[in-house]
Amino acid sequence: MGNFFLDNKDLQFHLNHPLMKKIVELREKNFVDKDVYDYAPVDFEDTMDSYRRVLEIAGGICSDVIAANAEDVDKEGPKVVDDHVVYARGTQANLEAIRKAGLGGIHLPRKYEGLNMSLICFVMANEMVARGDAGFENIWGLQDCAETINEFASEEIKQKYLPLVSRGATCAMALTEPDAGSDLQAVMLKAHYDEASGKWLLNGVKRFITNGDGDISLVLARSEEGTKDGRGLSMFVYDRRDGGVKVRRIENKLGIKGSPTCELVYTNAPAELVGDRKMGLIKYVMSLMNAARLGIGAQGTGLCEAAYREALKYANERQQFGKPIIQFPAMYEMLTNMKAKLYASRAMLYETARFVEVYKCWAEIGKERPLTSEEKTEMKAYNKLADAFTPVCKMFASEYANQLAYDALQIHGGSGYMKDYPIERIYRDARITNIYEGTSQLQVVAAIRHVTTGTYLAQIKAYEAAEHPAELKHLLDKLVAMREDYERAIARVTAGDGEQIDFHARRLVDMTGHLILSHLLLRQAGESAEYVVPAEVYIKHAQAQNAAALKFIEGSCCGDIDIYKAVLSESVE
Amino acid sequence: MGKQLKVVVLAKQVPDTRNVGKDAMKADGTVNRAALPAIFNPEDLNALEQALTIKDMCEGTTVYILTMGPLRAADIIRDAMFRGADGGYLLTDRAFAGADTLATSYALSRALVEIKPDLIIAGRQAIDGDTAQVGPQVAEKLGLPQITYAEQIESIDDRQIVVKRRLEHGVETVSAPFPVVITVNASAPECRPQNAKRVMKYKRAMTRSELQAAGDDYMQFVENKDYLKIVEWNVGDIDADPAQLGMLGSPTKVKQIENVVFQAKESRKLTVSDADINSLMVELIAGHTLG
Repeated sequence: MGNFFLDNKDLQFHLNHPLMKKIVELREKNFVDKDVYDYAPVDFEDTMDSYRRVLEIAGGICSDVIAANAEDVDKEGPKVVDDHVVYARGTQANLEAIRKAGLGGIHLPRKYEGLNMSLICFVMANEMVARGDAGFENIWGLQDCAETINEFASEEIKQKYLPLVSRGATCAMALTEPDAGSDLQAVMLKAHYDEASGKWLLNGVKRFITNGDGDISLVLARSEEGTKDGRGLSMFVYDRRDGGVKVRRIENKLGIKGSPTCELVYTNAPAELVGDRKMGLIKYVMSLMNAARLGIGAQGTGLCEAAYREALKYANERQQFGKPIIQFPAMYEMLTNMKAKLYASRAMLYETARFVEVYKCWAEIGKERPLTSEEKTEMKAYNKLADAFTPVCKMFASEYANQLAYDALQIHGGSGYMKDYPIERIYRDARITNIYEGTSQLQVVAAIRHVTTGTYLAQIKAYEAAEHPAELKHLLDKLVAMREDYERAIARVTAGDGEQIDFHARRLVDMTGHLILSHLLLRQAGESAEYVVPAEVYIKHAQAQNAAALKFIEGSCCGDIDIYKAVLSESVE
Repeated sequence: MGKQLKVVVLAKQVPDTRNVGKDAMKADGTVNRAALPAIFNPEDLNALEQALTIKDMCEGTTVYILTMGPLRAADIIRDAMFRGADGGYLLTDRAFAGADTLATSYALSRALVEIKPDLIIAGRQAIDGDTAQVGPQVAEKLGLPQITYAEQIESIDDRQIVVKRRLEHGVETVSAPFPVVITVNASAPECRPQNAKRVMKYKRAMTRSELQAAGDDYMQFVENKDYLKIVEWNVGDIDADPAQLGMLGSPTKVKQIENVVFQAKESRKLTVSDADINSLMVELIAGHTLG
């Protein structure tokens, strides 16, 4: 009888962030729902109390159901029967538990039977689910699709689909095709409007679709005949009950084996247009991807938590040379670094989620009444921060998930390589996180313009300017020096041409992330003594990493790129 | 299955004896309740699940919890409401204190006479006493048929309920007319989790005493919200003979409590052959256990 919420003080710490007051007030709009819905909160304290209670329910299910089923689900996996997906038995049990607990639609408005809880709570639930079973987090986390429907679809479509999600329906986002992966402009799946039925009909193939046979799918399709680029694509919503989509096969993957990755064949599958034609890729996929990236940030953080706990447990239990292996410097150093990265990853996750939520709340309010100019300014500022932070959050959480899984397996030694411990599954599951929803390399592409335009720098300076307790001044001094190095690195790189920037982009974004994550932990160290050590440790790590990056950048001159380009003339015979 | 039933689940708040530490018992041999968290008796949760399954099957069915205990036992009534129950009755009074199973079942039966349910479901036994007596005694006192060791309710119609029982060497399917008392085994399906919306809706459900402690603002808040009121009854609310309640009505007296530790470290299986018995005898004599 465990509980992934109650056993995690760090998670609870983030729920109590001061910005929650503003977020709750924006979401609950003077608590107007209390007279309409018997389950709506009456004030801030009441809201937070409900948040904690619901997260406690989710924490119990994540521990006692989802984590308990993870090993069997990994072994059994889903299968295709009569052109449709049949989940592993454990997956079915997980979905049933979630449905009974009423955890669908955590973040959806009450008028669609949702719980109207903060995005922070949804992200926390994501994280706990991923800690239990990262593969199942995919199925659960795809509720994100409902958010996109809520944001952009007509009232009629919202009325039709959103209550289904609140009652536990699962979702899928069908974007990728055999020839359209990272480059979604190449999507070919055809949508044509059928005058007779008054519906759009979809024809074509989608590939690598997570939970592709979910109850509700958002499908990116070419609605404008003769077009070849992103401007001819629109977004559609498809209800599995309407038929017309067959699952051709499920991929056999390295990890997240419980999550069905489907190849889908659409044959006159009826669907409804979401929002405006031609805005599919340009607007809606971007929104979908941002939400999905935050979701991977949560998945990565959940995996970090799982890996750290497995490693800590094993290092305490395993005896060699007459003592628990945790007592050896090589082990305790590894574990200490793991914990610091775990906390840093989570700090970044919730900082990003708060930025996203504040701007989305203002956007929602903006649909009901015109915003004042101050409100608009605030919305834009948070929107910019959310856009800048999301790729860094996704990149760091997923890279750390891999690093922690790697280190945790290493701590297990030979035993970790066997199927006997959960760590080998965690290790396999983590590997996808820095690949899908945009590889780390693509997160760098999304982030680099905020490096060169100074979005991050301004925020880093804002963190510096906040008040810090005197006893932490030595850490702040380090971060100020690191920021000066960071500015030097940017100046050096941007003095070159576009190719120079592309070449050093990863290094600059890494430096950015290290600085931001350091500041977040330093801020937490000022609020709670729990974080002083993780902040010290993380800043040591960040300082060394950034020094190496700067060294590389300063030592590299214009001809350098050619050394690396030499590989272009090589090929495999 | 259209019958609308009024179902009462008998439940008990118990100390969690499943993970006992060193300080679980006091020096005088009584349970140290402060050291053990108070929980919903596990088999009563199995009973609640059966009741809620009936509620799912038969529209219009209501499920109420009946529990006897101190004021804080209202926690398990709220817990049940979070999982799907409509409400509950808390029997609380100093006169009920110190009751053994006989006095407990008497008090519960008097309350049930007031409530008049069609169906009474209880867990087989509580983890603090392990007697399995309260359910059957309630049935006897009310003169109702009883189905013990139930695992699954197979069907319900206007006249009867059909139940599968889990017995030591197999299963047995029986039927009974209403009203009837059923006690449920741990082998029955686990109880469903708390439901998020129900938690948000019912988290402020309170008994009369809790309401008074919560203050005037809160009284106003619940004024027109009957669903937030948990029924609190004391001795005066049930028609009961005081001599049969609490300590007075409890013939069971605990003489002594011992800590039983199983000594055997391993066991062996012997056949009834002379050779096996002979070798055992030789071993026991050699080890001075015998002779």
